Amino acid sequence: MSDPHERGEPRLRLLGISKVYPSVVANADVNLTVMPGEIHAVLGENGAGKSTLMKMIYGVTKPDAGEIMWEGRQVRIDSPSAARRLGIGMVFQHFALFETLTVAENIALALDERTTPAALAPRIRAVSEQYGLPLDPDRLVHSMSVGERQRVEIVRCLLQSPRLLIMDEPTSVLTPDAVQTLFVSLRRLRDEGVSILYISHKLDEIQALCDRATVLRAGRVAGTAVPREETAHSLAELMIGGDLPTCTLAPRAPGEVALALAGLDLPSADPFGTTLRGISLDVRAGEIVGLAGVSGNGQQELLKAISGERPAPDAASIRLLGRDAGRLDAAARRRLGLGFVPEERLGRGAVPALSLADNALLTGYLNLDAGMATGGVIRRGAVRAFAAAVIERFKVKCGGTSSAAASLSGGNLQKFIVGREIRLAPKVMVVAQPTWGVDVGAAMLIRQAIIDLRDAGVAVLVVSEELDELFMMCDRIAVLAKGRLSPAVATSATTVDRIGRWMGGDFAVEGETHVPA
Amino acid sequence: MSRLEARPEPSRAMMLSSPLIAAAAMLVSGSLLFLFLGQAPLHAFYVYFIKPLTSWYGIGELLLKATPLTLCGVGLAIGFRANVHNIGADGQLTMGAVAAGCVALYFDGAEGPWLLPLMILAGAVGGAAWAAVPALLRTRFNTSEILVSLMLVYVAYLFLGYLVHGPVRDPAGYNFPQSKMFGDAAMLPLLKEGLRVNAAFLLSLVAVAGAWFFCRHSFAGYRMQVSGMAPAAALYAGFSEPKNVWIAFLASGALAGVAGVGEVAGPLGQLQASVSPGYGFAAIIVAYVGRLHPVGVLLAALLMSLLYIGGETAQIELQLPSAITGLFQGLLLFYLLAADLFIHYRIKPRTTAAVAVPVVAKETA
Repeated sequence: MSDPHERGEPRLRLLGISKVYPSVVANADVNLTVMPGEIHAVLGENGAGKSTLMKMIYGVTKPDAGEIMWEGRQVRIDSPSAARRLGIGMVFQHFALFETLTVAENIALALDERTTPAALAPRIRAVSEQYGLPLDPDRLVHSMSVGERQRVEIVRCLLQSPRLLIMDEPTSVLTPDAVQTLFVSLRRLRDEGVSILYISHKLDEIQALCDRATVLRAGRVAGTAVPREETAHSLAELMIGGDLPTCTLAPRAPGEVALALAGLDLPSADPFGTTLRGISLDVRAGEIVGLAGVSGNGQQELLKAISGERPAPDAASIRLLGRDAGRLDAAARRRLGLGFVPEERLGRGAVPALSLADNALLTGYLNLDAGMATGGVIRRGAVRAFAAAVIERFKVKCGGTSSAAASLSGGNLQKFIVGREIRLAPKVMVVAQPTWGVDVGAAMLIRQAIIDLRDAGVAVLVVSEELDELFMMCDRIAVLAKGRLSPAVATSATTVDRIGRWMGGDFAVEGETHVPA
Repeated sequence: MSRLEARPEPSRAMMLSSPLIAAAAMLVSGSLLFLFLGQAPLHAFYVYFIKPLTSWYGIGELLLKATPLTLCGVGLAIGFRANVHNIGADGQLTMGAVAAGCVALYFDGAEGPWLLPLMILAGAVGGAAWAAVPALLRTRFNTSEILVSLMLVYVAYLFLGYLVHGPVRDPAGYNFPQSKMFGDAAMLPLLKEGLRVNAAFLLSLVAVAGAWFFCRHSFAGYRMQVSGMAPAAALYAGFSEPKNVWIAFLASGALAGVAGVGEVAGPLGQLQASVSPGYGFAAIIVAYVGRLHPVGVLLAALLMSLLYIGGETAQIELQLPSAITGLFQGLLLFYLLAADLFIHYRIKPRTTAAVAVPVVAKETA
């Protein structure tokens, strides 16, 4: 094992970096060293301070204390453009691309130098070929998959010949195949001497890709490690500072069909949305069916069609507990026994400016037993009691029932929304991204609560981008790709590999070749 | 170059005090205006803002003008909270006045306590019916309720003009475009002998209390608040948007109609070619200055009423043009919007040095 200092000057060194926000210490005394030609993982749970640290390196925010050393010199990075001039590039988790413009036009807009899309096109082609990131400069962005869009962002960074590339959770939007392709490109960049800071909480990826790892916990460095010499378990312990909690799914015979989609066709309402084609799926009482797939393949549209936020043209295409429900609105479907946790928490699952009590009323009014709105008048006592019960049951960290929803962290708000929907005693429960932004401990609490629902005989549909999660908690799994749904297969009878291949849109069984029409 | 950036957390205290800040800024600009017009600012202020309040008659006038502003403003605020924008309260007020006036003229000479309640009911129905047109078009054909309600104001004006020039013109009225004077039974009782303010002011207080209960304690009020704050959440919860539109328009239309009754069965005592000097439009400012809260609307209506009356006093005593009232109204709204902007945003000076500055020379290894 060679000492990193023998390889010369570190490309980037952070010394005692701290950043304090009014309510939270985001980073405290963080030290980090990245060598040239190294893929360095920054590992940590949601809220551990990874993003804040990267924002300081990229000049989006400034540290309150500490020094940043770039290739041996102390620097102050005041803005992203200053960071780019130093040779730092960053690929964000969420892309800022104009759908109606071409690849070259998008890149020309984002570059610091003034140039025309036409002049850029050959450079884009050259860079994309060099690093195995095939990209057509003249293509319009809206026709591209999420993986291809990410390539646009990466190529945009590479055009500026960065010496440090920051990648923030780059695989959260990719299929397993696309992840492998990305890794090949990243290794090639490393071999040319580019340093890469790789932010993730996915342990297997970090073990496959990264040379060294710095683990953050609650804003502090919990330790550094060489991922290949660790087990996933020891890394997880370093990350959460304790044992990894688990949830258990006991085998159970499902009952009657509670939610049935029968040949659901739904043209997209948005020109860049996904049209649903011939979706058929049965979800039975007492089973959890998982919908895998990369977001943007029709998940939003399907969830809105099931929840009633966008009614379907044909009443019989969605059946809830034996009733044709396709034309019913969201309230009517809830009255039949539907519970729904949407993927956007603020602004859809909860009203940001209203208190938790008022947010309990948002869907809680339909629970007649709770008596939160009788005779058209709000019963504040019942509303607060309901909210307090949800807060207690799901250990929601907040200032009480009168805290505004916007004041909660994403994970705590998610616990509140899931708790509210569960407390309404649904017969069919639809959950989108149950554990997005939720820390590992709380994620297990939420998953176990959903499994408990299933054990109590509720039909559950879970939509998630995390394959691990679906394999952990689902009885059956189906894949949504390009607006079409694969057959649902028993989780025990399939593999991550096969589901991953389906996520690309090819639902043929292994071995067979199949050309999509 | 500087730019605006969103504040992480708008201050609640500032949100509540912004109408006061706006009023203060209006007074400062007003004093400049008075100076420019060759008036001593302090004296002009006294005449404009204090003098009207020094007599019982002046206070009566203040309440009289505040009445239609409160009735219209409270109704509009209910809709504005749900992002339903009724701009046509002046038309609904006019149609309420027409409906009540027709009842009064039809039962001309009738005595009995039933006539006035019937007129109030007719006024409410007339205003609500006029407001139902944009509501229907919006919910059925998704037209812009802003445009439709605004355009219907002028239709209502013209309809009233047609009536007083034709069918309801007083035959003994020397061809003036106005109806017969209403009988005593068709007139709202005065609150105090010698003042012009009438029982409609009490109705406006009832409307404030009712609207407060609706917004604070009714489930429908909650639904409308959610729809205004987070439309996606309202859709998610299954709250019906058409229902909100109907509630907002019918409530604000009916209240504007009652405001019309207060005019024709009050100070006017007859149908005239115009029954409102634009109360329905001023009520839009009143609703926002009052923070869309019923009690706030009442206070804002009193302020706006003072602007009207002070403007008249200033015309008479200082020979200032009548446009001064509109100027003060405009200043008030302008400063309120400006104050709100700075509650939600702050100016961020553009940093001039965007270059990474090497502070220390190369470190010795």
